[in-house]
Amino acid sequence: MAKTNELGLTKKDYKGAPTTLCQGCGHNSILSQIVAACYEMDMLPEDIVKFSGIGCSSKAPTYMLDRSFGFNSLHGRMPAIATGALLGDATLTGLGMSGDGDSVSIGMGQFKHIIRRNIRLVYIIANNGVYGLTKGQLSATSEVGLTLKKQGTNELEPIDVCLEAMASNATFVARAFSGDPKQVKTLIKAALHHDGTAILDIISPCVTFNNQDDSMHSYTWGREHKEPIHDISFIPARDEIMLEDFEEGTVQDVVMHDGSKVRLKKLDRAYDPTNRMAAVHIIEESNANKQLLTGLIYVDPSRPSLTSILNLPETPLNRVSAEELRPAKDTLTEINAAMF
Amino acid sequence: MSNKVINDFSIKVGTSNGSGSQTSNLTLLRAIFKMGIPVTGKNMFPSNIQGLPTWYTLRISKDGYTARRDETEIMVAMNSKSFERDLAEVEPGGVFFYDDSIKLPIERNDITVYPMAVKQLIKEAGIPSSLRTLVSNMVYVGVVAEILNIDIEKIKMALDFHFKGKAKPVEINMGVIEASAKWAKENLEKTDTFSLESMDKTEGLIMADGNTAAALGSIYGGVQVVGWYPITPATSLVEKMNAYLPQLRTNKDGKATYAIVQAEDELAAAGITIGGGWSGARAMTSTSGAGISLMGEFVGLAYFAEVPIVIWNIQRMGPSTGLPTRTSQGDLNQAYYLSQGDTKHIILLPGSARECFEFGWKSLDIAEQMQTPVFVLSDLDLGQNQWASEPFEYPDAEMDRGKILWEDDFDKFVEEHGEWGRYKDVDGDGIAYRTGAGNRKEGSSYFTRGTGHDAYANYSEDPDVWMETMNRLTLKHETAKRYIPDSIVDNMSGAKIGIIAYGSVDPAITEARDLLTEAGVKTNYLRLRALPITETVENFIKENDEIYIVEMNHDGQLRDILRTNLPAESTKLFSSTLNNGFSLTAKWIKEDILAQKEK
Repeated sequence: MAKTNELGLTKKDYKGAPTTLCQGCGHNSILSQIVAACYEMDMLPEDIVKFSGIGCSSKAPTYMLDRSFGFNSLHGRMPAIATGALLGDATLTGLGMSGDGDSVSIGMGQFKHIIRRNIRLVYIIANNGVYGLTKGQLSATSEVGLTLKKQGTNELEPIDVCLEAMASNATFVARAFSGDPKQVKTLIKAALHHDGTAILDIISPCVTFNNQDDSMHSYTWGREHKEPIHDISFIPARDEIMLEDFEEGTVQDVVMHDGSKVRLKKLDRAYDPTNRMAAVHIIEESNANKQLLTGLIYVDPSRPSLTSILNLPETPLNRVSAEELRPAKDTLTEINAAMF
Repeated sequence: MSNKVINDFSIKVGTSNGSGSQTSNLTLLRAIFKMGIPVTGKNMFPSNIQGLPTWYTLRISKDGYTARRDETEIMVAMNSKSFERDLAEVEPGGVFFYDDSIKLPIERNDITVYPMAVKQLIKEAGIPSSLRTLVSNMVYVGVVAEILNIDIEKIKMALDFHFKGKAKPVEINMGVIEASAKWAKENLEKTDTFSLESMDKTEGLIMADGNTAAALGSIYGGVQVVGWYPITPATSLVEKMNAYLPQLRTNKDGKATYAIVQAEDELAAAGITIGGGWSGARAMTSTSGAGISLMGEFVGLAYFAEVPIVIWNIQRMGPSTGLPTRTSQGDLNQAYYLSQGDTKHIILLPGSARECFEFGWKSLDIAEQMQTPVFVLSDLDLGQNQWASEPFEYPDAEMDRGKILWEDDFDKFVEEHGEWGRYKDVDGDGIAYRTGAGNRKEGSSYFTRGTGHDAYANYSEDPDVWMETMNRLTLKHETAKRYIPDSIVDNMSGAKIGIIAYGSVDPAITEARDLLTEAGVKTNYLRLRALPITETVENFIKENDEIYIVEMNHDGQLRDILRTNLPAESTKLFSSTLNNGFSLTAKWIKEDILAQKEK
């Protein structure tokens, strides 16, 4: 008998259609980690809703969580669709898949504005520095000097997803490498428990168009240059707090809005992901040193999400009854009387 | 005094934009309305915040005509920059009130001229300098009231309404108005022929603009998710929603049963709305033509993925930025065919403020019944100007949520039909059953996409599957004819000439038909209330010998749609169009139809 989680579901219950992405594509690895995270967190697939834009990244939702609703929308427009749908049912957990073309070029405006709204959505950018589905054009995250077959050499400065997120006052910013599945999974778990828009910039190599050893979005580069800022683990709210002995100053717990915790163990340096200035600094520093910085860069669980700002009821809007939606007749009589 | 003119003339007030004259103009309008005299007010303003000339016209018509007229019998000139043209515009025998601090020549002896001592009156009233400009405009209210015989008590009522009963501003403004009226009585001798007399023709009517009506109609239609972006002249629609929603749609726990989001642009506004509609909430947005252009991509997605949303277009002049503060009906073709590929959209065409309310709630029903975007085309004239209207009528039908399945419905559906497919047409009307996002029943979810999909919402590039989808969408468009508000026909006995018009042109048609009858031309009239074209329209065209399609666009867009749909009738269809930024006048329509008939 297959192993089940607390809901009695097997991992298969979290899977989708067979992937049509290239074999070895970093996105497949992200998909596996989403499936694993949702399974391990005992999330009901029906409680999740998937969103995407257009591109290789955005095809991915088809290949996971078949039992969840999904909306593969327009190029760069996933955030708007997600915003509307999550206002319709704020009890759903939103999972957005996007890419560097989808979010950093055509959808840059929407990317920044959903962050500003801070609606509860896990927003993954599968970042490979190249347009895959249109067969190998330079993207806005391609590094200077990147040479692609038909495109020549990029001479334009790349845009940093995490810096852009920070500049937009994001409340959750993380970067990961899809070649490090354990960290990807942990960050997804943490993001799923964030009451706001959680930005995950996952460097996810394109094996077909941009996996040259010296490309900054390749497997080789990632393995050689990844620099975790901490050792991260996630503790769900229901788990009892284990009393461990830690050397003072080596562990930091970030408490999420639902009581779950992100536990960060110090590695080479002290780093506090609740410090905005430090976050911006560490991104700039890693870029200057050509490192692939990974981990939870910034988190602020305290800022209200859009649904709480809008004062929405517990009953999802899409289930509010017709009786409650149409004001009573006498109210219109009063309005007419006041219309001069 | 020869030939007294009572309750049948137009007043035009020339001021400068941003000077606060709107309060004065609305006060005149409301006072006359409260005297029981039919009156309509129109703002003619520049796209500017402050300084440029702006005009307000009041049409007073004992016969109840509400369309714009070109003629101005009475002019109030408060702006030196437009003084000369304002003076030239007064009809012979008319009246010219002016701020006497404007020292420009007045070389007309065929009109009555009344100077107004604006500066002196304001000085005497001891108005603080910060309020002087605003309150200056109350001087003409007082002077005009005295000369034309407007009831001062009604002016007080108008101000009470405007300032929501706040005593201080009412007192300040009323003080100036009364002093001005007194000054006029003592210093001006009435030599003109115009005056107002109380009637009982506005009893039971309300005064409303189409955007407020649309906002309220949508609220009574249960609107929930609104993504929007500011644009003239649509902005006031959502602003009115924001004003009314808290009182009307806060639930017993103090929570909001709606979510209004001002988006970063019209693309996102459409996307948020579609996301809401897709989830099963009632969703709408409101914009104008330029915004619709930006929404085009998303509208195609909603059409093909079959997501119900309502899009209000308060039309202004296009193409491009066009004339943002002028009215037009130029977006009919845009709305009907919006998107790449083959698309035909449902369009509702409200013809009055009252109908803006009605279509406000009906459009939300139709969108969910048909699972598609529904456009409602209003315009600046209808949306922003003040119209005397029958009170808004409470919806006469229960809310219809269309074919949507929640958990229990889903079980029943599967029991009855054996299986469920998102795009499977089980009723033969082209409309499949959708599930609300978040339906927790296993098997009720589906994956929505703008790419080719089969009856079960799976991705498909199969040519037969594609054709099936397009054929079903065509069938659905046919089905829509049974759900949309049908056109209204008004025939005259013996008439063989037909007029087709829609939207805010309606009042001018009503008046033009009277003028045409006087000129010996009887007409039948079909007021189109929606697209697609129904049998009613087809029959009307067949029954008349020649049909004039009157619209406020340049190319005759409805005429083109009718020709495409009814090619056999196309030689009978004539276009009567004028698109210069101003709403049509009955006189122009009459003359244009007569001129075309001559040919």
